[in-house]
Amino acid sequence: MKPILLKGGRVIDPSANRDEIADLLIENGKIAGLGSVASREGADVIDVTGKIVAPGLIDVHVHLREPGQEHVETIATGARAAAAGGFTAVCAMPNTDPVTDNQAAVGFIVKQAQDARAARVYPIGAISLGQKGQQLAEFGEMVGAGAVAVSDDGKPVISSHLMRTALEYAQTFGIPVADHCEDHTLAAGGAMHEGLVATRLGLRGTPAAAEEIMVARDIILAELTGGQVHLCHMSTRGSVALIRWAKDRGVVVTAEATPHHFTLTHDACGGYNTNAKMNPPLREAEDIAAIRDALKDGTIDVIASDHAPHHYDAKERDFDDAPFGIVGLETALGLGMTELVRRGTLTLPQLVARMSTEPARVFRLPGGTLRTGAPADVVVFDPDADWVVDPSTFRSKSRNSPFAGRQLIGQVELTIVGGTMVFNRASAQMGSAQNADVAR
Amino acid sequence: MALSLGKDLIGLEELSADQIRLILDTAEPFKEVSERAIKKVPTLRGKTIVNLFFESSTRTRISFEFAEKRLSADTVNVASSGSSVEKGENLVDTARNLESMRIDMVVMRHPSSGAAQFLAKRIRSNVINAGDGTHEHPTQALLDLLTIRDRLGRIEGVKVCICGDILHSRVARSNIWGLVKLGAEVAVCGPRSLMPRGIEGLGVKLFRRIEEAMEWAEVLNVLRLQLERMQAGFIPSLREYNRVFGVTVERLARASRKLLVLHPGPMNRGVEIDSRVADGEQSVILHQVTNGVAVRMAVLYLLAGGNPERAEAAKGQGSSREGAE
Repeated sequence: MKPILLKGGRVIDPSANRDEIADLLIENGKIAGLGSVASREGADVIDVTGKIVAPGLIDVHVHLREPGQEHVETIATGARAAAAGGFTAVCAMPNTDPVTDNQAAVGFIVKQAQDARAARVYPIGAISLGQKGQQLAEFGEMVGAGAVAVSDDGKPVISSHLMRTALEYAQTFGIPVADHCEDHTLAAGGAMHEGLVATRLGLRGTPAAAEEIMVARDIILAELTGGQVHLCHMSTRGSVALIRWAKDRGVVVTAEATPHHFTLTHDACGGYNTNAKMNPPLREAEDIAAIRDALKDGTIDVIASDHAPHHYDAKERDFDDAPFGIVGLETALGLGMTELVRRGTLTLPQLVARMSTEPARVFRLPGGTLRTGAPADVVVFDPDADWVVDPSTFRSKSRNSPFAGRQLIGQVELTIVGGTMVFNRASAQMGSAQNADVAR
Repeated sequence: MALSLGKDLIGLEELSADQIRLILDTAEPFKEVSERAIKKVPTLRGKTIVNLFFESSTRTRISFEFAEKRLSADTVNVASSGSSVEKGENLVDTARNLESMRIDMVVMRHPSSGAAQFLAKRIRSNVINAGDGTHEHPTQALLDLLTIRDRLGRIEGVKVCICGDILHSRVARSNIWGLVKLGAEVAVCGPRSLMPRGIEGLGVKLFRRIEEAMEWAEVLNVLRLQLERMQAGFIPSLREYNRVFGVTVERLARASRKLLVLHPGPMNRGVEIDSRVADGEQSVILHQVTNGVAVRMAVLYLLAGGNPERAEAAKGQGSSREGAE
């Protein structure tokens, strides 16, 4: 593995409060030096003047569909999509088929990810066997096989007793319990946010309360147990207020928000656009404002994509029957740059923190830092590059994005995982995408 | 350039007041066709129309079929029971198959909101929405508008209250759009549990009690209350619904004005409307049904490219030809 010298970039490392023009040397898969490095024998020297050099992005919430729906995404294609989006690590949710609820299933994901040689993939194990909400899965064995958290994502944990038990039992292993907050008795049948747009379209709405009730419950249970609850894809201003209240009380709660929830409102569902159908649904302008504020003040710790690939014909149907979710790995950074940094909600270092350092902290993952000796998981991106989202160029197998045609700033140039270049825009654009992505 | 409707009729939300008036005005001459001994004009001769019903319907389907036949179109009925077409079957495939058979128009009812628009975007044929989920049922609202205009001589300024299950009603939504666009004052009344969020945003008043609504309104449009709403927990019982929200003779008598009572059917006698009201002199329910055929003839005629100024002439020409045959 040749050393890599990234010269002249703006190095942003929130873990060390660093934001300066510097050179970064990568050697033996690790960060070997930072500062003024003239040259290095045998190193690939890359001029990154004008670019941002940051710890690789980490997405704690993706759906990679393998095993079960390999026609939609595989661990390999998902890991390559992640790399193209600047992510050096992603956490794969367990709602696969079969469900990732045992050590063998966790081990399978770890192996597929190793073979993919793109972004790292950390499995999340199920909370309950088969995600049925009844019997706890074997957290200990799953963690032993490589799981970094547990979640029944896609489904809420309905039983408060089960949630309590999970929060208690998870403490043995020091892992967060990630919950998809939804009171299904309120949300049942809902296809979008309950409000004027749903009323006009004649679609059944899911009220904000369906999320907030479970957020409140989870906070109360986290306080009861002392366990870490991680609240997935927060979408409402009420949820933000509840989390803020909990953090003030010292409850161990962490939370994430998706780029679509800080960018789009329920108006995007107009014309029955199934690519705007997600769960939780796109909400109102006031909710977007609250989520942006929460990302600024840290009430919401991390940005996660909730990357949810679906086959094109699954979305090519009437709104009620279309599945929830969108792909997000390859648009997350651009949306963060365009919607948060350019608008002045976050500084660039704050965005890097929300997408790298904080996810590493919240899920206790390696990465999120450029300190010497750390694994060389690095992203280089051009903060000013304008580009237009074209789903046909996605590395993901799926194309279900509501952002097609949208103009964004902030484009990934290089993604380096453990000192290996797993994405290089320059060579990808020369038409050798597949090979260049995995060149080493 | 004469006003047109465009390719499809998906809902009244998309139409202008002038377009709605155009349909109502075009329906006038077609009313008379149904009163003839030989109820047929050649206006749509050679046109093929598919009536695609993914949801059961008697009245709307028959009304469309009469409208089509009286305009001499060739029609095929496809109903969800007794064919491969069922909810869940791929609507894209259905659309492509229809397109491949080179049909001219599709009249579709579907249980999913947005299905009509979905189909319309994907085929070149004209699409007429005969009810999609809880979204719109434009021809029902048009026939309601025509009936109100027939009886009161105007729509502008008329106070209309739509009563009942607004949440699940496509009839309510289409009526609200149509009435508001034509300048009526519109209110809705029903249990709060059957009111969609943000309904006031459509420009309507809300009444919590039927008595207040009846005191305010000149026209009541009483919606069907489906039994399933009780099972789904929206209301405790049909019996109580009738006690609290039913349009009864006693309530009508107490109102200071003589109200006009519409109902899109099919009625649940003794639930949302008492039989004596339904069969009484204030009810215009059968007039609505008659107008339904004329309105649908007008929509078919206009979407087929018919010149609104010639609707009368087209009819006249038809009758002379009919006479010659």
